[in-house]
Amino acid sequence: MSTIFSLSMPLVIAAVAICALFKKTDMFPALTRGALQGLFTIKDMLPALTVLFPAVYMLRASGALDALARLLAPAMAYIRVPPETLPLALLRPISGGAATAAAAEIIKSCGADSLAGRTAAVMIGSSETTFYVIAVYFGAAKIKNTRWAIPAALCADLAVFLVSAWVCAMLWG
Amino acid sequence: MLMGVIWTLMIAVSILYGCSNGAADAVAQAALDGAEAAFGLCFSIGGAICLWCAVMELMKEAGLAARLAAALRPLLKRLFPKSAEYESIMEPLSANVSANLLGLGNAATPMGIRAAQGMARLGEPGVASDELCRLVVLNTASIQLLPTTIAAIRGAEGAAAPFDILPAVWISSAVSVAVGLLAARLMEGKRR
Repeated sequence: MSTIFSLSMPLVIAAVAICALFKKTDMFPALTRGALQGLFTIKDMLPALTVLFPAVYMLRASGALDALARLLAPAMAYIRVPPETLPLALLRPISGGAATAAAAEIIKSCGADSLAGRTAAVMIGSSETTFYVIAVYFGAAKIKNTRWAIPAALCADLAVFLVSAWVCAMLWG
Repeated sequence: MLMGVIWTLMIAVSILYGCSNGAADAVAQAALDGAEAAFGLCFSIGGAICLWCAVMELMKEAGLAARLAAALRPLLKRLFPKSAEYESIMEPLSANVSANLLGLGNAATPMGIRAAQGMARLGEPGVASDELCRLVVLNTASIQLLPTTIAAIRGAEGAAAPFDILPAVWISSAVSVAVGLLAARLMEGKRR
């Protein structure tokens, strides 16, 4: 089972390549065009991360993150969520860059295969930058009265926060 | 603006707490370490990101995204019954959901916006209709099948199998979409 997941990347690549061959797609230009797109993705990420990483690293170095985690430990233990992930969950709906910085910091300091590291990865992998999406969509559609879209979206974010931690604890706890 | 306030708070708290903690030097060093780590991360995940983007572009080029969009139509018709009568909405809507599933972020947003604008024209001007709220909730919950960026970060930080979080991501995504849509449905019913 775990072999399938560790092979998922090459398997997807192979499957897509075979489909593209059958469709007689002009493959190589498409691949290089896509790889260039990746460069733009990194270009969009780098400035925000360069600004946000220092803030997260400073919080960690000051001991404030550890103090917060210790303070929250009883409450977080009660809802069975790793306390390190609370800052990530609070930043997630507001800023994609800040959430990425927070998740990368947890993965680095707790370890990529630790429970907190995995939980952080699952949280960020199964959520979006809620307020950014809301601003873009309602802005483009010229909507002033958003009715219940924001509370419903935040319910979904809360579900991600809890369910990611529970599923990770179940699978790797 | 909000991010500026949060950023300033993070730095101010670090300095104050660090000084009271005797960690002032560490805080000063951390600012530079953080900036360096941001560059380091972008470089170490750059290869994986570019490779994935290449595969995704091929997916689009080979018509896989379009085929998925067609397959999603019956489901979307049930979720968006009013919009289903308009091909000008259903076409970008199904393209949006299919691009979201495949992680084609650059393709998903323009399509989603077109669908949102179409839905906005159907209802009262300036007020989000039930279906428009549903579309936004669907887009604020992540339904990406392969979370490539975070997998690349895990790989760069030495994960044994960066993608072994997939089952957890799928369960968590599915639950969050269900909770979001259910919450929307409940609030919709209450205000009728």
